[in-house]
Amino acid sequence: MTMEFNAIYVLWLRDTIRFVRAKSRIIGMLMMPLFFLLGLGLGLGSLVQLGSGISYFDFIVPGIIGMSLLFTSIFTGSAVLWDRQFGFLKEIMVTPNSRTSIVIGRIMGGATTAILQSILVIVIAMLIGFHVVLSAYTALAIVFMALIAATFISLGLTLGSVINDFQGFQLVTSFFTMPLFFLSDSIFPASALPVFVRNITFLNPLTYGIDGLRIALTGSGTFPVWIDLLAMAISTVIFVLIATYAFSRTDVG
Amino acid sequence: MKEIIKVSSLSKEFGTLKAVNGISFSVSEGEIFGLLGPNGAGKTTTIKMLTTLLKPTSGSAIVAGHDIKSDPNDVRKRIGIVFQDPSLDDDLTGFENLQFHAILYNIPKNRREKRISEMLRLVELEDKASVLVRNYSGGMKRRLEIGRGLVHEPKILFLDEPTIGLDPQTRRHIWDYISKLNKSTKTTIILTTHYIEEADYLCARVAFVDHGRIVALDTPKNLKDMLGGDIVSVNIEEGMERLEKVLRTVKWISSISRRGNLLELNVKEGEKRIPEIVKLADARGVNIGSINLHKPSLEDVFIHYTGKGIREEEGNWKDVMRMHRAARNR
Repeated sequence: MTMEFNAIYVLWLRDTIRFVRAKSRIIGMLMMPLFFLLGLGLGLGSLVQLGSGISYFDFIVPGIIGMSLLFTSIFTGSAVLWDRQFGFLKEIMVTPNSRTSIVIGRIMGGATTAILQSILVIVIAMLIGFHVVLSAYTALAIVFMALIAATFISLGLTLGSVINDFQGFQLVTSFFTMPLFFLSDSIFPASALPVFVRNITFLNPLTYGIDGLRIALTGSGTFPVWIDLLAMAISTVIFVLIATYAFSRTDVG
Repeated sequence: MKEIIKVSSLSKEFGTLKAVNGISFSVSEGEIFGLLGPNGAGKTTTIKMLTTLLKPTSGSAIVAGHDIKSDPNDVRKRIGIVFQDPSLDDDLTGFENLQFHAILYNIPKNRREKRISEMLRLVELEDKASVLVRNYSGGMKRRLEIGRGLVHEPKILFLDEPTIGLDPQTRRHIWDYISKLNKSTKTTIILTTHYIEEADYLCARVAFVDHGRIVALDTPKNLKDMLGGDIVSVNIEEGMERLEKVLRTVKWISSISRRGNLLELNVKEGEKRIPEIVKLADARGVNIGSINLHKPSLEDVFIHYTGKGIREEEGNWKDVMRMHRAARNR
């Protein structure tokens, strides 16, 4: 048991150390959310009025955090593809540790860095004019970030375990990321969509994750917060199980 | 001597490709054992099965007293591995790489530091311990990986192409480390290589691997002696038939083969026989263009068994990636 904990701890520590050391990577990862904040948040936001009394900029910030969590998480998870062939992962796969603890360690490490990154996005957004409404739910923001990260790192891990070539991989990840991003509550309220498309967004875990973040940070959302929490908890469990299954079936190299 | 590895008709198929086709061998405790063969011969696949990274299609193997199929975790605890591709974390220091390894193998904290510094000393990287691995040279990375493979005191160390992509001087250095640690730690070492000299220099016994099979297995010396001495190549301008006929009757020539206008003879102590060959040719009025003598290498033995040399096979995308990474990292 201590052994399994060791593997989780090492993988978590490794990701955290790497994140702190890679200053240029942090800046690089912040660029896309920053452009979305400026372009969509401020640019488009000056033309868009939402009926609900909340400014478009305040509406879209949780969506952009969700987006950056989605992209970095899938990317982090899928790095397994590269790692398995050439990198450090091989070294871990031959240690006497179970595949499950490797999956959990990777998810915890990836989630930690994704959360740190999201907090930086929130700080930047606040500097540009994002209003955080403090409430009893504010601390839940961290929980939602962790659940979004865990869900999509698991998705990335699954894709990285199942797909074996790099070219195909690019295609498949964008096949997943784009619909997940646009068919959620991220950059426009789902209520603006035709009913048919809107029903699809209800199947997307990111919809609930972003809604939860929105409640935690701005105080207003579509669903009650407990529904968001429940939906994210369920999707996390399902995706982690799928990832563990897919990953433990892979051979190395 | 005690057997530490026993492999019995081990096979691995990928779809219709038989990567490893029923190989059997055993390795004694403390030995340096080599699997020599061209790329794609099945050496790495064999190592991956013995180190429990791949499940065999059929056959079995006992590694350090445990079955690779039924007891993979017990095997893993007792072996160390250095992979063909770098598997260090470039963003961590040398010390951290070994430290993480020690934690993964559950080495108690009080012994961890001591083991790590011993290993860093063994591979002479103590003064680079706190440098990020991305700033290491290719040879230093290799040494660190070897040191890392030994941190948990494995009974067997697997080295998959330990000097691939390194320059000749560094390669020789790595050889010295390998034989040094074999002597000082008594660790059994299994290595794969497609470098003839590496197998010849390091290994107590060598298995030739080709198309997933072992075609010969013995000490390098015995393998070379098998060819029956040196190889004398006689380049004949005219009168090939006549000379060959005569030489076929000579006792001290163990075999003759023709290749274009070259006559290749296997002869013990070839340098002493050259004058006699010339005399025989003169007596029959045969014109000799040139004579060349070389001592057999393991390569010649390999050609003898497989009809081809150990050469680079056509690369797939993995090799291309590997080259890109090697160019970047080394």
